[in-house]
Amino acid sequence: MTGVRVFAVGLRFHVKALTHSVFFLLTSIFMPLLVATVAYYMYRAGNQPGSLLYVSLGAAVYGIWSSTLFGSGGAIQWQRWQGTLEVLVSAPTPFVLVIAPLTLATSVIGIYSLASTLVWGRLAFGIPFTVAHWAAFVVAVPATILGLGLLGFVFASTFVLYRNANALSNMLEWPVLLVTGMLVPLSLLPGWAGPIAWLLAPTWGVQAIREAALGGTPWPDVGVTVALGLAYLAIGAVCLRHFEAAARRHATLSLT
Amino acid sequence: MSSVRLFFVGGLLSFRALFGWLSPWILIPTYVIAPIFQILLFVYIGRAAKTQSDEFYVIGNALQYAAIPCVFAMTNTIAGERYQNTLSAVLATPAKRIPLFVGRSLPVIVNGFFVAAFAFVVGGALVGISVPAEAVPGIALVILVTAFACTGLGLTTAAVGLLARDTATLSNIVFGILLVFTGANVALDDLPGWMSTLAQGLPLTHGIEAARRLADGASFASVGGLLAAEALVGLVWGMVGYTTIRALERQSRIHATLERA
Repeated sequence: MTGVRVFAVGLRFHVKALTHSVFFLLTSIFMPLLVATVAYYMYRAGNQPGSLLYVSLGAAVYGIWSSTLFGSGGAIQWQRWQGTLEVLVSAPTPFVLVIAPLTLATSVIGIYSLASTLVWGRLAFGIPFTVAHWAAFVVAVPATILGLGLLGFVFASTFVLYRNANALSNMLEWPVLLVTGMLVPLSLLPGWAGPIAWLLAPTWGVQAIREAALGGTPWPDVGVTVALGLAYLAIGAVCLRHFEAAARRHATLSLT
Repeated sequence: MSSVRLFFVGGLLSFRALFGWLSPWILIPTYVIAPIFQILLFVYIGRAAKTQSDEFYVIGNALQYAAIPCVFAMTNTIAGERYQNTLSAVLATPAKRIPLFVGRSLPVIVNGFFVAAFAFVVGGALVGISVPAEAVPGIALVILVTAFACTGLGLTTAAVGLLARDTATLSNIVFGILLVFTGANVALDDLPGWMSTLAQGLPLTHGIEAARRLADGASFASVGGLLAAEALVGLVWGMVGYTTIRALERQSRIHATLERA
């Protein structure tokens, strides 16, 4: 029960803290908007206006991904800079209950990006926002946020050990955007991209949201997204324990 | 002689200092892997949207990626001084300002050139575009001029970085604007008029167009105007940046605001 409380309070705290960060909001909202704009113009130039809502939904999920990636990359580094990492690690509360809410909060903030991308598409490009299955859509969005947030947790766990690994996380932005089919149908990608895409929650999350909005069968995709999220949580917890122990052993925890 | 030394040695030391906060083992993959995936992403979007050829996106994104090393590094080599608490010491020196600031741009231009050239060669090979061999030297020169122009813009963002604290956000915004406006992924004809007009004053626009024409078999002489325009744009942005830095330096002395932003 205490664990649930720590998790919930941590999530609430970090969502509020990140909402007050102009830097974080600008970074997580502005770039997805620009990428969405480029994609809108490209699809419009190709005389494929029917694809615009498809692209808009993909760009919206990219907003969540961008926010998560940036946030999870910084999750450990920010604690280092603030001098709170050692205190958090040495506290009796399991470290997983401290970091997981933070990475999940970064993807929750992606809601701003999701909303702004859809509104931008509507206002600037006249893309109608219609949802075929509202109930599924309302479930698919938080499921996607959960899946992406916990994927961010896996990344963050490795960053305990490597002081500049957050820079590496920036490198993952384009590859994941490409292979998960957010802006490009998976059928167009080379064969090697398929197995990678299946292991990534954004693939299933964006599919779930699209199936819910455009009409289809979103529930299996929602299920896979949540299942992958839980698998990420388990992997992240193991990694975090291992890397935390290594960082203590090598005295690298506070190195900036 | 001391100005020449300051220009070259000072610039090199400043660039090397960037690796003080980011290991080459992390920085170099960032310069190598990210642009390749940016190229692949927009090539595949282009295929899905059925708009332009693969070559269009390879050239556009390879050159556009020069903005990352040029704008980010240029901003950090100057605005980053504040974070290291060395800005006051740098500005207190009697060193001439032109070699001091402009010298820092030389390694940045060279690095930007290699990053964009690598992206062009590897991205092009992965996607399978073919460029006439006689066009390669011309394209290399275009990439170099484009890197120069982006660095000019980077000098301006560095100046703004003396006023604003979040230089990373600023550089990201600049990178995004260049992605949309310069014709890297959307032909200028397909953009609204005000956007394509604005693009004329931005680095990359003329360079990307020149590189595309060369790759399509145009003679080097025929893109001379575009190359000159790209260089001019870079020069203007560089002068704006340098002038702003000098003005802010004077203001900071008067109002003691150097470390405040």
